[in-house]
Amino acid sequence: MPRVHIGNGVNDAITWLLNHLPWLFSAISSAMSHLVNWLETGLSYPPVFVMIAIFTVIALLVRGWWFALLSCVGFLLIDSMRLWGDTMLTLAVVLVAAVIAAAVGIPLGIWAARRRSVSAVVRPILDFMQTMPVFLYLIPAVFFFGVGVVPGVVATTIFAVPPAVRLTELGIRQVDPEVVEAAHAFGATPGQVLRGVQLPLALPTIMAGINQVIMLALSMVVVAGLTGAAGLGTDVVRAVTQLDISSGFESGLAVVILAIFLDRVTSGLAQPRHARQRTPGRLALLPAWSRRRSATPPLARAKTTTT
Amino acid sequence: MITCRSLTKVFGPRAREALALLERGESRAAAQAATGCTIAVRGVDFEVARGELFVIMGLSGSGKSTLLRMLNRLVEPTRGSVLIDGQDVTAMGERELRELRGRRVSMVFQHFALLPHRTVLENVAYPLRLHGSPNQRERAQWALAEVGLGDWGDAYPGELSGGMRQRVGLARALATEADVMLMDEPFSALDPLIRRQVQDLLIGLQAELRKTIVFVTHDLNEAMRLGDRIMMLRDGAVVQCASGSEILASPADEYVADFVADVDRSRVLTAADVMREARITASPGEAPELVLRRLEEAEANGIYVLDQERRIVGVARDDVLAQAIRAGRRELSSELLVDDYATTDPSRPLVELCQLVGRHSVPLAVIDEAGRLLGVVPRAAVLSALAAPEREPSYA
Repeated sequence: MPRVHIGNGVNDAITWLLNHLPWLFSAISSAMSHLVNWLETGLSYPPVFVMIAIFTVIALLVRGWWFALLSCVGFLLIDSMRLWGDTMLTLAVVLVAAVIAAAVGIPLGIWAARRRSVSAVVRPILDFMQTMPVFLYLIPAVFFFGVGVVPGVVATTIFAVPPAVRLTELGIRQVDPEVVEAAHAFGATPGQVLRGVQLPLALPTIMAGINQVIMLALSMVVVAGLTGAAGLGTDVVRAVTQLDISSGFESGLAVVILAIFLDRVTSGLAQPRHARQRTPGRLALLPAWSRRRSATPPLARAKTTTT
Repeated sequence: MITCRSLTKVFGPRAREALALLERGESRAAAQAATGCTIAVRGVDFEVARGELFVIMGLSGSGKSTLLRMLNRLVEPTRGSVLIDGQDVTAMGERELRELRGRRVSMVFQHFALLPHRTVLENVAYPLRLHGSPNQRERAQWALAEVGLGDWGDAYPGELSGGMRQRVGLARALATEADVMLMDEPFSALDPLIRRQVQDLLIGLQAELRKTIVFVTHDLNEAMRLGDRIMMLRDGAVVQCASGSEILASPADEYVADFVADVDRSRVLTAADVMREARITASPGEAPELVLRRLEEAEANGIYVLDQERRIVGVARDDVLAQAIRAGRRELSSELLVDDYATTDPSRPLVELCQLVGRHSVPLAVIDEAGRLLGVVPRAAVLSALAAPEREPSYA
């Protein structure tokens, strides 16, 4: 069996790209670093306690009192471990990567749901992206974008795209075909079917995809610490190289707290709104009587008219 | 209103070859085996008149849903034409077709096909919103009131029972004010009691609004109850197309006869189907002797006395006549008549006639709106109609 030099081919391709399209990479690089910097400044500009209050209110709105309390304690702990700045930087990178991944992944998922041929091409590419060892994304990222936060964002984005595509496609395919047919039967255009029926009904699944995107981005952002992107990732990498158990545990704990917060918030948002309104305990901010007034009378009426 | 000519649908990549085989006179099974295609509907012709409720009937796999969907081209016909109101649907472009679906042909689905994330009112207004129609709220509210759900606009479909959801589906079809309604087994997902209620609702709406309805079902009782005419499909081809009572009386073949065997005849057949001409009648002023002799000849106990307009004046009974003759009465005056009889209108089903027949000296009278005698229903006629037509048991 002769040696096939696939690796060299990829290497040549990357060198070629570097030599011929440097302007493209520097444009992407500056756009991304601006985006991250801007977001990071926004997140760390207010006093820590204001930010914690904001996070707590979000937790309260989406989940309820218990989760809000836990979030508040968690973020206070991060601050007391002196990891607040790094956590906000990590959050900024995760959010930028997740937004880009969703912006790429959701349209691709819609396209794949509508055309089998697209789906057949996209699927193996996604498999490739997800099973390739994650560290390897860092090599071309560093080649293209140098050291710092940008290669981290790029590698994180690439790693986080697949669930957005997959779950969008799945969600749209799972929409009741009869409802889609009904929309066509009343003369809806394909665009109206997509906006008015398929996307809203696929929304819980798509949101589950976004939840996965954020979780993957968070796991990758730590790995991206290897490229020298500041944030919790570098703290973890430093702790590993210095075999420093105490700081390793603390920065790991900060990642865990951030992960749980992001996961619960996004999965809470994934509940379909009409179902969420009617399950008590979700919108705990509303007084109980107003919730009951909106939920009970139709059900009570249903009983009287059907019997 | 709707005219279909040799409508054919073949599913599969080799549809043309399958069609060619069919034209050469090959059987459906042979053409399917040779090409791997599915021949869902072949060469179906029918016409539906304005205001008619036309039922397409068949077992699952008989092609009835495919046929229905070809009328608004949710399924593209392989061959044949569909004309609605003189316009060729098969020749329409995208835009025209959307107009047709949004304004002139509406549809009701088996599992209701409502949008779960929208309120009932929004669901009903959905077709109107798609086309930017005026007065969306008012029209949707009107349609909801028509189906008896006027107070339910703000509820979500998930909060309603199955019967109510299908009424929302019906309201959505009504809201577009389309003349033609396509209904794809709309009541088969409902339990029997609710199904009956919704059928009654449809009958009431149809009496009021007179839509042209094509209704698909596999339940012959439902077909008989609702349909002005019924088209029986088998393996994608028409077996028989006739009114319910015609199908009951003379099923075209074994397949139809098997269907008919399960039908509750007492609910399908009406007074008009079983009535006979009154063999004997009398008129006021006739001599009692003559009338009594007529009764003797007919071996009857009573006779309807009719005026010039054929309206029933009363009944002359044999015992009363005999007394009158003994008393020397010369003519059949009104004090000799008794009101010992029952009447019905021609559309009443047999199940309701059973308690009316056989109680009086005269058979049940069938009268029109003006009170004129159309015919009579003797007890024997009801009983013989309820017994199924004689045929060999098919399980032999």
